[in-house]
Amino acid sequence: MSQPSETFEQQDAPNSPELGLVGWLRWIWRQLTSMRTALILLLLLAAAAIPGSIYPQRSADPNGVTTYFQGNPEFAKVLDWFQLFDVYSSVWFSAIYILLFTSLIGCVIPRTRVHYRAMRSEPGEVPSRLSRFPGYKKTASDASLKAVLDRAEAALGERGYRLIRRNDSISAERGYLRETGNLVFHTALIGVLLAAGVGGALSFNGQRVLVEGEVFVNNLASYDSFSPGVFFDENNLQPFSMSLDKFEVFFDMKNGTNIGTPLDFRATVTSKNGVDGAKRRSVIRVNEPLEMPGANVYLTGNGYAPVLTFRDADGQISFSGPVIFLPQDANYTSLGVVKLPDSKPKQFGVLAFFYPTKEQLKTGAFTSIYPDPIDPLLSMNLYVGDLGLNDGSPKNVFSLNTHGLDQVAGGKSGTKAVKLTVGEKAQLPGGLGSVEFNGLKRYASLDIAYNPAELWVLLFALISMAGLAVSLTVGRRRVWVRKFDGGFEVAALAHHDDPRLTDLVKELSAQIANKKGKTK
Amino acid sequence: MTSVSLSLPLAQLSLLAIFSAMAIYTIAFLVFVWQLTRATSENKDARAKSGSLERAGFAILAVAVAVHGVGVLLRGLAASRVPWANMYEFSISGSFILVAIFLASWRVRDIRAIASFVVGFALLVLGSATTLFYVQIKTLMPALQSYWLVIHVTVAVLATAFFNIAAALSVAYLLKSSNYVANSKSKVVGFGRRILSVFPDSKKLERLQVQFNSIGLVLWTFTLIAGAIWAQKAWHRFWGWDTKEVWTFIIWTLYAGYFHATFTRGWTGKRAAWLSLVGFTAILFNFTIVNIFFKGLHVYSGL
Ligand code: HEM
Repeated sequence: MSQPSETFEQQDAPNSPELGLVGWLRWIWRQLTSMRTALILLLLLAAAAIPGSIYPQRSADPNGVTTYFQGNPEFAKVLDWFQLFDVYSSVWFSAIYILLFTSLIGCVIPRTRVHYRAMRSEPGEVPSRLSRFPGYKKTASDASLKAVLDRAEAALGERGYRLIRRNDSISAERGYLRETGNLVFHTALIGVLLAAGVGGALSFNGQRVLVEGEVFVNNLASYDSFSPGVFFDENNLQPFSMSLDKFEVFFDMKNGTNIGTPLDFRATVTSKNGVDGAKRRSVIRVNEPLEMPGANVYLTGNGYAPVLTFRDADGQISFSGPVIFLPQDANYTSLGVVKLPDSKPKQFGVLAFFYPTKEQLKTGAFTSIYPDPIDPLLSMNLYVGDLGLNDGSPKNVFSLNTHGLDQVAGGKSGTKAVKLTVGEKAQLPGGLGSVEFNGLKRYASLDIAYNPAELWVLLFALISMAGLAVSLTVGRRRVWVRKFDGGFEVAALAHHDDPRLTDLVKELSAQIANKKGKTK
Repeated sequence: MTSVSLSLPLAQLSLLAIFSAMAIYTIAFLVFVWQLTRATSENKDARAKSGSLERAGFAILAVAVAVHGVGVLLRGLAASRVPWANMYEFSISGSFILVAIFLASWRVRDIRAIASFVVGFALLVLGSATTLFYVQIKTLMPALQSYWLVIHVTVAVLATAFFNIAAALSVAYLLKSSNYVANSKSKVVGFGRRILSVFPDSKKLERLQVQFNSIGLVLWTFTLIAGAIWAQKAWHRFWGWDTKEVWTFIIWTLYAGYFHATFTRGWTGKRAAWLSLVGFTAILFNFTIVNIFFKGLHVYSGL
């Protein structure tokens, strides 16, 4: 039989001033593992999570952080000092959940031990002094021993108690499953945290833009950007390759209120495991990643990649291939950049707009009125001057810094922008050479990501939920009834401080005293 | 999905059903309020009649829920998909589930007293839905095309309904156990006190509130897990502290705190009831302010 002291919280302050170091440490530990501390830490954790939804976070929205710094540089510095742009990896947020989980472990281990012992034993002897229990009532009655115990047995049986009758008393107990569920729930939470932590450290994610017809091979060099977890090892990248055969976008053309809304994006790919694995054709959609060994391939974006060929004044090809255009609006008005540092007689850059279905506005400017290429137009502005590609510093391929360059076509340059549709060819002004719009392809932006512990996190989360459901539906109680001369006493103990205990004892006493045995 | 058909006439019919349901709810609401005043009347006959008034209220409520359900169903048919892809649809479906669950629990005698709370709240939700959140039917954007939309959102709506009923019980509990209400000499408070006297006693209110919150928490845990599975498919990671994820987490943690409170000496009773209300406020905040004003991946308000 476990002592009531084991099932009570001990929140009393250290009662002796000469506690000594060990005593103090024990006291601190007891405070930390008390329910009240757990409660306060939980509420703190909830509060601490709020700022992360107010300020942009580096992990979820790095551009938002940059913008914030531009908008309020001084205030942003203060916020940054408090780690308000990295809330969920901040010192203070981590401190709260580490304390909480330390408390949790300190709480679960002793309770598991107690529970294990309790489960293997029968309802114990009736303790000698019942009056010390949280639920206790002494009732005067002239009923016989048998009558009292019979009625008590009936009343407890009706409530689902497991009981043992001994001489002048009954020990009853119910709801072991509650504590089991509760322990499973709390322990599985530790599992969730560990699996998420280990998984995060071993995981990676990378990005790659793939134009129709191109092939991706899974090695570091193939990624446009790559962010590994702290324990990620490059050698863990499994060899596979994947080609983008076709990218299709379906728009609603039928329903008035919905015209031009994308209905579906489909990337048809052919993938191959290892170097000489069998080829497999599959379709990647927004909610349907392609699962490869050690990597999932997700579709995150798409756009147009016009295929262009530039020839310089000597007729030499200075650029040829698809150019990634970034969509600027829902109708895929897109922006692309080509840099031609080796073109003769002089280097130049191209800032081009692509309109899948062009429409001329009253101002003379163009816009796109439909996202599919029904009447496509490419319009190029040209800039002559030093593109700055020779000094070796990294440059963004998607933007052209026009500062210090001379605009020779488009805008206010006095020469019209160079306009082409698919299949057309044009001479560039100023003897820069020529350009040809050979064809139109689409591209897919892909995320390649993997977290080896994902399934473990899920498993622990589900176990935890099951434990919670059990623990919240089953009630755990221990009840004793003892007859003495001229009356009987009832005592009850719950696994935790439970305000309903007094009610239970009252109801039981009434039921035992009342000959009709009516409940409530 | 490469082609879809939307039916504007059905969407119109749906809206008509929603407006009709609102009218019937209003009648039910008035009947429940009237019933409360009768039940607390000094007049014995009036008190005797209040039982049949309550039954009438529930009958009218059943009609309102049926019409409301037709409205939700038609909205789904009009768009050929589940009717909860934007705030308007989430509101009409959510309030439908709320009242349906309340109606299904009507055999729990002690819960009937909060009928006017629940119906009033449902009316408020429908009112904001039709005036503030209304949008034309649209197809689902590809990121929402997943059976997880069905699972995740259904469970979230259910959880919210349970939390909502528990919150109403918490309010009743707090009023009932308030010293101010018990002792004030003001006439208005005295009237309120008489109305409260037909409510179950505070112990029962507390117990019911814990029970509804328990179901709510289990469902919310499932919502969180289902959301994480979906996020893994749609956003390439199961957890990324997106604003909506943050608030789902905050709500979960608050209710976990609530349950600890119900087992911690010195925190049971009133403090726990306040926590239950804080939790529900966070849910409302998550649904309104976070949806409309916060930046994040869950941009589905449709506004
Ligand atoms: C990650 C932190 C924690 C979370 C999310 C959490 C959550 C919960 C929830 C939801 C319940 C109610 C359901 C149930 O009874 O199973 C609960 C109960 C309980 N928790 Fe925690 N808890 C946490 C940490 C702790 C810690 C640190 C302690 C120890 C001090 C603790 C001790 C308990 C106890 C003893 C009960 C059950 C009381 C009873 O059923 O008699 N918990 N917890």
